[in-house]
This record gives sequence, structure tokens and C-alpha cells, in this order.
Amino acid sequence: MGLPAIPIVSDLGLDETAKALNTEQIATVVNRILDQETAARFKVYLNTCVHCGLCSDACHWFLSNDRDPRFSPVGKVKQTLWEIIRKKGHVSPEFMKDCSRIAHTECNVCRRCSMYCPFGIDIAYLLLVVRRICHELGMVPQFLQDTVNSHSVTMNQMWVKQDEWIDTLQWQEEEAKGEIKTSRIPLDKEGADVFYSVIAPEPKILAQLIGNIAQIMAVAKVDWTMPSLDGWDNSNMAMYSGDFEIMGRVERAHYESALKLKSRRIVMGECGHAFRGAAYDGPKWLGWREPPIPLIHAVDFYHELLTTGRIKIAKKFETPVTVQEPCNIVRGRGLGQKLREIISMVCEDFRLPEPGLEHNYCCGAGGGTINCGPPWKTSRVKGNRVKAEQLAATKAHIIITPCHNCHSGIEDIISGYKLGMHVKFFSEILMEVMEVPDELKC
Amino acid sequence: MYQFVSGPLVWIAFAVFVGGMVYQFVTMLRLAQKDKVIYPYMSLKYSLRSLFHWIIPFASRNMRARYEVTIVTFIFHICLVLLPIFLLAHVAMFAFAWGAKWCVMSAGAANYMTLAVILACVFFLLRRVMLPEVQFVTYVSDYVLLAIAFAPFVTGFAANRQWFDYETTIIIHMICGSLMLIVIPFTRLSHMLFFPFTRAYMGSEFGAVRNARDW
Ligand code: HEM
Ligand code: SF4
Ligand code: SF4
Repeated sequence: MGLPAIPIVSDLGLDETAKALNTEQIATVVNRILDQETAARFKVYLNTCVHCGLCSDACHWFLSNDRDPRFSPVGKVKQTLWEIIRKKGHVSPEFMKDCSRIAHTECNVCRRCSMYCPFGIDIAYLLLVVRRICHELGMVPQFLQDTVNSHSVTMNQMWVKQDEWIDTLQWQEEEAKGEIKTSRIPLDKEGADVFYSVIAPEPKILAQLIGNIAQIMAVAKVDWTMPSLDGWDNSNMAMYSGDFEIMGRVERAHYESALKLKSRRIVMGECGHAFRGAAYDGPKWLGWREPPIPLIHAVDFYHELLTTGRIKIAKKFETPVTVQEPCNIVRGRGLGQKLREIISMVCEDFRLPEPGLEHNYCCGAGGGTINCGPPWKTSRVKGNRVKAEQLAATKAHIIITPCHNCHSGIEDIISGYKLGMHVKFFSEILMEVMEVPDELKC
Repeated sequence: MYQFVSGPLVWIAFAVFVGGMVYQFVTMLRLAQKDKVIYPYMSLKYSLRSLFHWIIPFASRNMRARYEVTIVTFIFHICLVLLPIFLLAHVAMFAFAWGAKWCVMSAGAANYMTLAVILACVFFLLRRVMLPEVQFVTYVSDYVLLAIAFAPFVTGFAANRQWFDYETTIIIHMICGSLMLIVIPFTRLSHMLFFPFTRAYMGSEFGAVRNARDW
């Protein structure tokens, strides 16, 4: 078939590892993982798939790459697992490099394809098994591995040290106080109603978001806290590299930190992958059906604040907006309707994306792919042309994206396809339109 | 030859089919225990909700988008399952062997349904050859399995029309039918057994855990 060559990308995490591996080692690891860590789902999915290709139309990678079959969901499984199983794990290091490229960088484990396969085969799960094998072999894109290393050492994703964390919170508290007198960021307060957690990029590069939430909490008069010690970061890149041991440690630390403070519930900032880790992938691995303490996403929380009238809107936002519906909270937790409701409550001109809700396309950055770093950016942006087309069709100016991964991914798409749009978190819009009582104003 | 094929072979085929299905089913249940999440996640309500949306034609988005496949596959599967059960000749043989009887379909209906299965197989074949995304994931075994599903129907059709020597054709037909029954549990044709379970699990995970729809 005359398919275009896949551009060769050099990534030390893959190239150097491949040099050190041999087929025997690969076979040992593959067979150990398949014997010990996979069971009914894996076997039944592989035996049931009738190779019909009906899942193809689900995948933004396939659609954006001019229906190149190598990017279809089942095509990715064929190029990885089917071969691995056919050869009983005796595949070359070069082959494993391709597996990592496919599973880590060309699939967002967004699960859209499970909604298109007539059998409901969970291809994202199958590709996560490939990632798991890659991880056990040390075959992980370097940038992604770095975030996992950071989790392992500091329990957060971006090597934020504890003093930096506390400093940042204090700095943002000062900033917030400059706007709203009663703003506070209560550290380690026991028994608070809300334990608020964020992902490490907030203190590292987007600190104003923490200042924003301090103001929102002050206006809504929420009894809240943040922890001073590890457990404040709810992000989880290990979940995506295939390092499930570290994934489990990170999730446990997050919940323990909230339990230690006897908080009533965890509210997490606007991030989808972090929510996935904390709400279901983490608990799944730890053997919990439900988390030990209620966990809600920012969208749910804002919905509560707006519908109970704790936050009132002074004047609706007028610029036309649309929404990027993050897979991990919409397909992952059914928050699509609530998200649309809060946007309608604060925005005058809300343009719905099509396809929407559970059928929305992934931003292309999720599932850890954006964390694979600059080497893979070109293919990632190319692999999501349909997203650019979908957004452009709304003719909105601003795209509300209640997720950090989506935020960065959509920014890349906007610049890659010259859409001339802007991305904002919901909280940023809320800051502009919420009513601040006079006695709180500075 | 006819004696063996219409007697012991058919019984062996049924025994292997039933035994194989039971074996696959039990293995699945056992393995499902090892997969920690399955039993805790399963929910009857959401299983049924999902099954419902996937056994009714056009009830899911992809079925509407790929309407041609939907139409063909529903006709194919309905005929494929009903035809062998309600065909006069089959029922008569069971009646003869067991004394058990159930209703039969008219010869005309049987004729059209057989044709439908044959045409559907041609459609699946063309799809496989012509669509790059299907071609890419096709192994030789996919053609073989399609042929195995196809064979009992063409041979049955040929026998009924008496295109060739009737006795030879009917023997080949019975061998093909038996072969199909025998391989179902041990190949991808076992999707017949697994379909309700994969759907039920996905429906439960989407519905009960992730509060979302899966169609
Ligand atoms: C009775 C329960 C069964 C169910 C629920 C079922 C369901 C399905 C589904 C959902 C597909 C997906 C692809 C498509 O729609 O084309 C499929 C394909 C197919 N099934 Fe079944 N099936 C059943 C029984 C069988 C049996 C008994 C056979 C043959 C012995 C069979 C042969 C096939 C074939 C040949 C395909 C097409 C594969 C291709 O694209 O080439 N099915 N089935
Ligand atoms: S990116 Fe999403 S739709 Fe594509 S294969 Fe991965 S999980 Fe499926
Ligand atoms: S739609 Fe399902 S059965 Fe068909 S190829 Fe894709 S995963 Fe396999």
C-alpha cells in the first residue's frame, strides 16, 4: 500500500533504551505482564474483535491523517499487540520503539473508540497494556518519563519543592487579597468542607489560577483548605507511562493528605487527566470501587456554586464562546451537561461544538501524549485536524476548556491551524463576570 | 457416508459447539475474577441499557453513520441464526431423531433468507478488500472465517436448487454446517458468545462508574 512514511522522531527515551534491549528480555517481560496482569478483559477483547474496522471513524488520529489505516484504533492494536502475541513476545527492540510511538504518542486513550465498536471493546485499555509493557522495558518517551521521575521523587509532576509550593501559595494569597479583602488560602486546616487540589503546572507556571480560586472561594464563602505537604498535586503522569506502582502511590498520597486533614470532600481544579487518575484509574488499581472520600471536579463544584446562588453573575460574558469538552470528565464522568449549563449561566453567546458531549473529539493532548514533549508535537498537531475544523466551524472567539491538558493541546491546535481563537479556563471567565459584594472589594 | 455425516458428525458438531461454548464461558467467568474490576463494576441496569442500544438497528451513533453495514449485518445475523433453526428440512431431521418439533418457515422465506446471507457475505468480502482500514487489519483467517460462515448457506442453496448431484451436495452441506458449529467457540466467531458480555461490561463501566452513555 502506498502509505506515506511515518516521520522518524528521535527521542532518547526510546532510542537509548532500544540499544540496551534484546529480544529475549522483551519476551520475558511481555509474557510476565500478559500472564500476571491481564485476564478476562484482555483475552475476551482480543478473541472477540472481528477485525471489522468499525471503530476507525471514532479516532481523530485516523480522521485527521486522511483515513490512514495505521492510525485507526484497531490498526494500532494490530501493529502492537497482535504482532506481540503472534510472536509470543519475541519482537525486536526496534519493534518495541514503534509500540511506544503508537501507544504513548499516537493514542490519547480517550476511549471514543469504545463507543463506536459494536462490541464495546476497550481499545484504550489494550493500548494501556502496551504502555505497561513499554514501561517495564524502560521504553518511555523521555519527557514523559521525566514527569514520572518527578512524581516518584517529589510526589508532584514538575519538581516543585515544598518551600516553593508554600511560597507560591502565600504569594497568590497576597495577590488575591489585593482584589478581594477576605481572600485566604488556609493551609492544613482540619475539618474543612473542601480540600482543594491542583496539578503541579499551577504553582509552577500558572500561579494566577490559584489566586483566582482564592478569590472565588472568598466570594462564595467556602470553608476550604490546601495541604502544605505532599499530596497537593492531583496530576498523575505515571498512569499514562504505564508505571502503575507510582500511579498508585501518587493517588494514595492525594487521598491520605485529604483524610489527614479530615476534609469532607476533595474538589479538584480544572484538569481532566488528574480527575481520571483520582476518580477511576487510580482507585481501580488500588482495588477501591469508590474513592475513600468524595471527589468532585471543578465543573461540578462551579455548578453547585452557581445553582445555589453562592456565586452570582453581575453581567454575562459577551464574546462568543465554545467549549472543549474534556474526554476524562465528559466521556469519563458524564459532566457534559453540567459543563454546558454553567457556560450558559455565565455566557451570552455559547456556540455548541458538533459532535458534542460524549462524542466530542479529544483535544489530542490527553493521555499523556502532550507530556511526550516537543519531539512529538508536530505529529500530535497533525493528528488532530478534525479538532481544528470542529472549533473553526463554531466561529466562536474563545474556547472554554476546563482541563489543563486540553488547554495546552487546544493552544497548539489554534497556532498550528491559525484559528485565531483563544483558550480560557472556566474560572477565568467566572472571575470576569461574578458579582463581588461591595464590602469585599478593596 | 451420508449415514455418518447426517448422524454422528452432526452430533459431534453439536457436542463440540455446546461443550466449547460452555468451556469458553466458564473460562471467561474464572478470568473475570482475576480482573479485579469486573464484578464490582457490573450493573444489570446499565448492561441492559447498553445492550438495548446495540441490538436495535440505528440506536447508536455509529450504526447510523455506517448505515450500510448496519442494514447488512442485521439482515445477515438474523437470517444466519434463524434459518438453520426453522428450516423445514432441519426441523424434520430433528423430529425424526428426537420426535421434537417446532414451527417451520415457508420455503419461499427460506429461499430469500439464504440469498440474503450469501449476498451479505459478498458484501463483507468486498468491504474487507476495498476499505483500507479493514484491509489493513485483515489476516488470512478473516477470509477463512468468512468462508466458513458462507459455506453452509451456498451449499444448502445449491442442494435445494439441485444444481449438482443432490446427495453429494447435501453431504458437503452437512460437513460445512458441522465445521461452522465446531469452529465457532474456538475462533473469533465466538463473538456470538462474547457479544452480550463485552457490551454489558462496557455499558456498566460507562453507566455505573463513569456516568456516561456508550452509544
Ligand atoms: C448470535 C449472536 C451474534 C451476534 C450478537 C453477532 C454480532 C456481530 C457483530 C456486532 C459484528 C460486527 C461487525 C458487523 O456488524 O459487521 C459481527 C460480525 C460478523 N459476524 Fe456475528 N454475531 C453473532 C453470531 C454470529 C455467527 C453465529 C456467525 C457465523 C458463524 C457470525 C459471523 C459474523 C461475520 C462473518 C461477521 C463479519 C465480519 C467481517 O466484517 O468480515 N456472527 N457479528
Ligand atoms: S486516540 Fe482515542 S479514539 Fe483513537 S485509538 Fe486512542 S482511545 Fe481510541
Ligand atoms: S470495531 Fe471493535 S470489533 Fe471491529 S475492528 Fe474495531 S475493535 Fe475490532
